[in-house]
Amino acid sequence: MEYFENFWQIYSNLVLTLGINALLALSIYLTLSCGMLSLANAAFMGIGAYTASILTMSHEAPFTLALAGGIATPMFVAFFLGKAVMRLSGVYLAMATLAFGEVVRIVILNAEDLTGGALGLNGIPNSTEWWHVLLALAVVIAMLACMRRSKVGRALEAIKEDETAAGMMGIDTNANKMMAFILGAGIAGLAGGLSAHLTFFIGPNEYGFDRAVEILTMAILGGVNSLIGPVVGSLFLTLLPEVLRGLKDFRLVVNGVLLIVIILFLPRGLWDPARFRRMFSGAKKGDAK
Amino acid sequence: MLEQQLFNALSLGCVYALFALGFTLVFGVLGVINLSHGAVFMVGAYAALAAVQNLGFPLWAAVIFAFVIAGCVGALIDVLVLRPLRNRNAPHLIPMIATIGVAIVLNSLAQGIAGAENKRFPTDVLPQESLDFLGIHITVIELGIILLSFLLMVALVLMIGRTQIGRALRAIAESPKAALLLGINVEWLFIITSFVAAGLGGVAGTLVGVYSNALFPLMGQPILHKGIAVIILGGMGDIRGAMLAGLFLGFAEVMSVAYIGSNMRDAVAFGVLFLVLILRPQGLLGRIQERKA
Repeated sequence: MEYFENFWQIYSNLVLTLGINALLALSIYLTLSCGMLSLANAAFMGIGAYTASILTMSHEAPFTLALAGGIATPMFVAFFLGKAVMRLSGVYLAMATLAFGEVVRIVILNAEDLTGGALGLNGIPNSTEWWHVLLALAVVIAMLACMRRSKVGRALEAIKEDETAAGMMGIDTNANKMMAFILGAGIAGLAGGLSAHLTFFIGPNEYGFDRAVEILTMAILGGVNSLIGPVVGSLFLTLLPEVLRGLKDFRLVVNGVLLIVIILFLPRGLWDPARFRRMFSGAKKGDAK
Repeated sequence: MLEQQLFNALSLGCVYALFALGFTLVFGVLGVINLSHGAVFMVGAYAALAAVQNLGFPLWAAVIFAFVIAGCVGALIDVLVLRPLRNRNAPHLIPMIATIGVAIVLNSLAQGIAGAENKRFPTDVLPQESLDFLGIHITVIELGIILLSFLLMVALVLMIGRTQIGRALRAIAESPKAALLLGINVEWLFIITSFVAAGLGGVAGTLVGVYSNALFPLMGQPILHKGIAVIILGGMGDIRGAMLAGLFLGFAEVMSVAYIGSNMRDAVAFGVLFLVLILRPQGLLGRIQERKA
């Protein structure tokens, strides 16, 4: 028990960051699951973080209310952004959402009265407990798992495979994509609210291009064919720099090389149920698709 | 005053255009959003610095050196990372993430080897002369940037438009499979494309390094974002579009800094990009294409 307490004292922040990263990876999984490559999730996380922090700091709102605000505001913004960009696809959608993220960053940077500008917000109360993160993660995973099995989940999968065909089968592709986009924004906002109340400080540059790319990398690296994949990916990418701490300046080199190697040799991500089935059933490679 | 701003905008726009040229070339031919282009840009700048400092090259030779070194890095990336993914027919997202890995490796290697602090070119290799023309203050460096950029752009357009290699590249851009069936050595041309694109990026890096006289490992990140804006504005994969959009972005930025305020500089690039995507997703000069994008 004493060992655990020691461990927790040193690593609690890391473990909670892990949970928050897992939420972020799941948020992008949701849009990827209907074939949309949206890179706005970092911006949604930022909107959530700032909303929640402003609510607790300036308006002394209770933590739950702040989190609710941190979920609702990005969803609201996503609704309007979605209206504008939903007809774009592939790389174009990715770039439009990236540009949106940059615009959000600049708005935060310039709205100094509200957001503190480049200095960011300091002294956010430290209200995120371990069970908040755990609960949030459990709820989100349960929700997504239910969704996967429901009619909506099948609709999203159909849209991912072939949007035109899905539309012809009577699926309202636009409404389904909008829903995935808005829900993803909500999850990212929740992660933002939780992380803001964990780290004491937030600044506009935490939610830019690099974060967007990191979120995407976690999801793809873990594999987006199951719900476990994004969680595994976030686990891997959060822990790796810690494990490689001994390499000092060159640890990021190893980080990057590992990323490339995994992409080259494990095309479907770290967590690939089909590969596990092959391994355990003893079938040869190439038997199953 | 306006003339001076226009001139500044021209030199900034030329650098953007040069950077975006390689970026858009790779997208047009290989169909990959190469997010390591910013890191290659940085490699070029550091290679030029090493050539000047350690090998005693004059500046013009250092620029050529930067082209070759960055080009080799680009070709290496293609052979080691992008080709295996091509052979596997990976969906377009996967190569993009792989190039993120490459960018991480290059950036942190540079940081590990050269250190995170700013580096400078020794003052005696940079020409200090400047001239006044119609009341505009022009430094020789700026003039060189503009001339070299235009030279490289024209050379690239001529190569794409007039030579056999250019014809083959355009065929590949239409359909790699059909090009292969017609007997074009597609793999070889992919490597050449990566070499030329990365080389152009490396020259742009050197020019920016000379112009701002500050080299640091992450110097490619901001221009990578601009490059993304430029190739979308110009139409993805469109060479002339990238040139026009690069110049346009340079003008928009300098004018917004001069007349609106310096904190709106990045907002202009991405605001314009956002509007273009909503109003004209194919870009200014692009045409609608049905591809894997």
